[in-house]
Amino acid sequence: MTSFVLNGHQVSTNPIPGERLSDTLRNDLDQRDVKIGCNAGDCGACTVLVDGAPVCACLMPTQRAEGTQVETLTGLHEKDTATKALAMQFKNHGAAQCGVCTPGMIVAATALLRENPTPTTGDVQDALGGVLCRCTGYRAIIDAVVATGANTTLDRKIGGVGADMPHVDGQEKVNGTQQFGDDVAPVDALVIEVIRSPYPHAAFTFGDLETYAAQNPGIVTVLTADDVPGLNRFGVIPAFVDQPVFAEKAARFRGEAVAAIVVDAKAIQSLDLTGFPVIWTPQPDVQDVANAIAQNAPLLHTHRPGNLMCGGFVLCGDPTAALKSADFTVSGRFTSGFVEHAYIEPEAGFAEVVDGRVEVHACTQAPVMDREALEEILAMSADQIRIVPTAVGGGFGAKLDLSVQPFLALAALKTGKPVRIAYSRTESMQSTTKRHPSDISLQIGATKDGRISGFNFAGAFNTGAYASWGPTVANRVPVHASGPYKISDYRAQADGIHTHCPPSGAFRGFGVPQAAIAQESLFDELADKLGMDRLEFRLINALENDTATVCGQSFSQGVGIKACLQALKPAWDDERKKAKTQSTPETKFGVGLAAGWYGCGNTSLANPSTIKSGVKADGKVVLHQGAMDIGQGANTVITQIFTTALGVSPDEISIVGPDTDVTPDAGKTSASRQTYVSGKAAELSGKALRAMILAKVNASDTATLTFTSSGVHVAETEAEHLVPYPTADAEGYTFRAEETYDPPTKPLNSNGQGEPYAQFGYAAHLVVVAVDMALGTVKPIKFVAAHDVGRAINPMLVEGQVAGGIAQGLGMALMEEYIPGRTENLHDYLIPTIGDIPPIETLIIEEPDAHGPYGAKGLGEHVLIPTAPAILNAIKDATGARITRVPATPARVKAAIDKVQNG
Amino acid sequence: MTYTLARSVEQACAALSSGDGQIIGGGTDYFPAKVKGAPVPPLVDVSWVSEMQGITETDEGWRIGGAATWTDLIKHPMPRAFDGLKAAAREVGSIQIQNVATLSGNLCNASPAADGVPPLLTLDAAIELTSHRGVRRLPLAAFITGPRQTERANDEILTAILVPHQNDNAISQFEKLGSRRYLVISITMTSLVLEIDDAGLIEQAKLAIGACSAVAQRQPEIELWLVGQKAAEVRITPDQLEHLAPLDDIRGNAGYRLIAAAEQCERAIRKAAAQ
Repeated sequence: MTSFVLNGHQVSTNPIPGERLSDTLRNDLDQRDVKIGCNAGDCGACTVLVDGAPVCACLMPTQRAEGTQVETLTGLHEKDTATKALAMQFKNHGAAQCGVCTPGMIVAATALLRENPTPTTGDVQDALGGVLCRCTGYRAIIDAVVATGANTTLDRKIGGVGADMPHVDGQEKVNGTQQFGDDVAPVDALVIEVIRSPYPHAAFTFGDLETYAAQNPGIVTVLTADDVPGLNRFGVIPAFVDQPVFAEKAARFRGEAVAAIVVDAKAIQSLDLTGFPVIWTPQPDVQDVANAIAQNAPLLHTHRPGNLMCGGFVLCGDPTAALKSADFTVSGRFTSGFVEHAYIEPEAGFAEVVDGRVEVHACTQAPVMDREALEEILAMSADQIRIVPTAVGGGFGAKLDLSVQPFLALAALKTGKPVRIAYSRTESMQSTTKRHPSDISLQIGATKDGRISGFNFAGAFNTGAYASWGPTVANRVPVHASGPYKISDYRAQADGIHTHCPPSGAFRGFGVPQAAIAQESLFDELADKLGMDRLEFRLINALENDTATVCGQSFSQGVGIKACLQALKPAWDDERKKAKTQSTPETKFGVGLAAGWYGCGNTSLANPSTIKSGVKADGKVVLHQGAMDIGQGANTVITQIFTTALGVSPDEISIVGPDTDVTPDAGKTSASRQTYVSGKAAELSGKALRAMILAKVNASDTATLTFTSSGVHVAETEAEHLVPYPTADAEGYTFRAEETYDPPTKPLNSNGQGEPYAQFGYAAHLVVVAVDMALGTVKPIKFVAAHDVGRAINPMLVEGQVAGGIAQGLGMALMEEYIPGRTENLHDYLIPTIGDIPPIETLIIEEPDAHGPYGAKGLGEHVLIPTAPAILNAIKDATGARITRVPATPARVKAAIDKVQNG
Repeated sequence: MTYTLARSVEQACAALSSGDGQIIGGGTDYFPAKVKGAPVPPLVDVSWVSEMQGITETDEGWRIGGAATWTDLIKHPMPRAFDGLKAAAREVGSIQIQNVATLSGNLCNASPAADGVPPLLTLDAAIELTSHRGVRRLPLAAFITGPRQTERANDEILTAILVPHQNDNAISQFEKLGSRRYLVISITMTSLVLEIDDAGLIEQAKLAIGACSAVAQRQPEIELWLVGQKAAEVRITPDQLEHLAPLDDIRGNAGYRLIAAAEQCERAIRKAAAQ
């Protein structure tokens, strides 16, 4: 028996030998504010105070807690005024986006403030260096802690469109009560453990599974492909449904699931999984594009010859002739590796059977797509499946695909009991989707006066073992590879190639960040060759209203790239002067620029969102909000748009959802579409509700509405009316408005000509870097980021997206590369820490969009696109060395510098 | 399955005497390496062993208890020859790790990139191993025999790290290179203890390089070569370090490691000269 004081209360527990304190706290003592991100001390999400000292609860044996004082966020938030003040500052700074690292951050910051009540930025970085965050880019966190010490307050007000309103769900993010995928299961739920392939390609057979189950106490059942009642296949694109829930006969990537064991919760810690009866026969594998397209390479899928999944293509004008007639041309080959999403919350969830229906509670970006996929897998109808998303501890694209959901549903249906699963960090990294490795060749020409004359792009993308969102990447890249520029003679081809690697899928930008590295790097090379200023060169070629994109699409309003680039001009002039004077032979400073654009929503496909709202008989206004908030703030933004349209304050309404039983389909949280598409549906719903009420008394649209228990007060300048509530419908609504919005797009022809997106957003970044010339280390010093968001629904959340996107772009540029079998944890796979992100100045540009709610455009993915090429351009500016492979690790940068210096 | 939270060396030694036990010190290497679903050996937690606590000064020098954490070291007043070791301590993982991880565990885990090894080598540290069979001492350089390999028998506990008194004028430096600011495993690291005379000439140098060979190594030839040189003007080239024969891995290739290590040596000496 181990006894200690937990958050002021004496507790006793009976851990098994060597049990992690984090497991005891979460499972035995119901302290689920302690989050598990890695179980290796790499992420710090589980930080608790033991006798006042911050430690990772995952690295502490429970037995050693004997006689100590253990404090976690919920306890501290109740009793410690510093913690409470920190929580308030985190909320007001938008320092908690998804919220899963927040308990670790606030607990570590509490320890800091006890020792040092007025910390500096550097003190905060040192104290929080052990907690990783993947959403915020850290700067808001630093500001929040410094502000707590300095006792300064931010003026944040609840308000509609344009207000810097804190997250509507901010309080639960900062006090430890928000429930993520692994936080919702009953403690005695059965536990699922997945058996995975240790080889990139291997045939396998099972031994006697029944005997194995019978001989190991606690095993309730074993699941394999034979237990899938419907189709043992899933995928996100109907023509490319190719991934099995459980592999059959052969596994196609390291980490692919072949079986799952469903175990009693008490038995799981002592269960020996090493004896699971499976015999592996390794087969020849191909892990990169060059090997996968070689003659006689093993085929991943027999119906896809040459391992070609599919390609995308855009052609306009005559690029060959234009390149030939160009006065200057540049060309290059640019490559990148797998990038891991590395959200701090590994995939997790819980399922149970309720009245014959299966209910899946899990972290997801796409609840309705999850349900549709489960219909096929389970051979059940939609009305028999309920998806209740939990809070999502970061997604960035990888939680669009199924992960834990089929295991949960199959296990719950087979056992009839509640079941839970939480991926380990390694399972999460091995088995979920990645950013596509890319190999891009690009040639660009220009005339003497600086206009682009010919652009020829060819990219091969390693799409891994299964299609996932690979076809989307193949289609998006050729449409976007031009960047936001006028190019009349253009060819771009992108091919997705299968390999025995984890499936590459959606990751913030869908292949566009890789393409932008090639294009924006060569734009600098071309400007230099022309002897033109690099910013001026981009301005000359920038797209404008009523000019055609490479797909032949033009926009009569809202093309904001010129405004973004012009906004960087003062910093471009100042910082280059400064960089020159600051540089020494040992440390050289450089300034880099890059631009980007991104089409919001599906490419030339229907992409509707539906938002429902209603008024109850007691005057309560309810918003059914099904647009998944994965930390980006959809709950807040959709609320601000809806309440502005209805004409009430955001704190006067209540939100329900997400839940496929109660929220209509607001589509997936992907392609930067929620603010635009679901936001538009929310605007329409709010306006429709308002119009219904106004119509009852023929009031004008300038009237103000007040919802009371006796009816809606409608106040006009000259008159006031009371609109009584009509009889409520079956759902309890007296007024209701369910509205759908689908962006107007047109199909692309065989040359990629058409109207792929109803809206693009635009961005341009400037970065200053310092390069250590002897070691090749690159230190970003500051960013200036200009973003055309059409209309900033919530400027604080805009800044949060910008900082977070830049942090991920910086990681991709300088340190991140996933190598199957080698970097399957968060100490070999490095993401930026709180000490790696410099100050970021965000310049919000508002060129209203013709379609978006109040002119708003999407933003999430746009941010990451210019960051990496801006950094590479800054390295070139500082050192003269052009880096063509990311990440630009110190070894690669040093080698490139030496090559320049030695000729 | 058993868990022994030992309070004395005697109790810990008894619990380990059967030879099949596993020691838990801070736990920061034990838990990450734990394989889900694999059998757990008898665990012997030595972090509360009274004789292994804290850092003390003795007639022979300094005794860093086998349960002393990196935070204990950072907070303990020590002569400036220990500045390099303290700088290494601040670079170990994160504060959360430093609060529980022990110096002795860092040595026993014997990672080629262990942060504690180069500075302790430059301090001529020895280690004390205790078991139910008795006590023995070994120089640190003889203790670590390969990557993840040491002279420790399975029933032995590293009960203390012993550092001889250092000359009063000895100063020290530690250089760590990684791809990010915090929570990072070194690409290369260099530790230096240096004595310089009033004219700026090197009287004695102790130099160790980590993450460039299977085990971090002192550099006796370079140390001798440095004596008599003007510290501020020393130049070290990668070819002087070729004997290290580093590996290529995800953090850096061999050629780069030598370039970086040579640069770190130079910087360490220059910074020491400027102190």
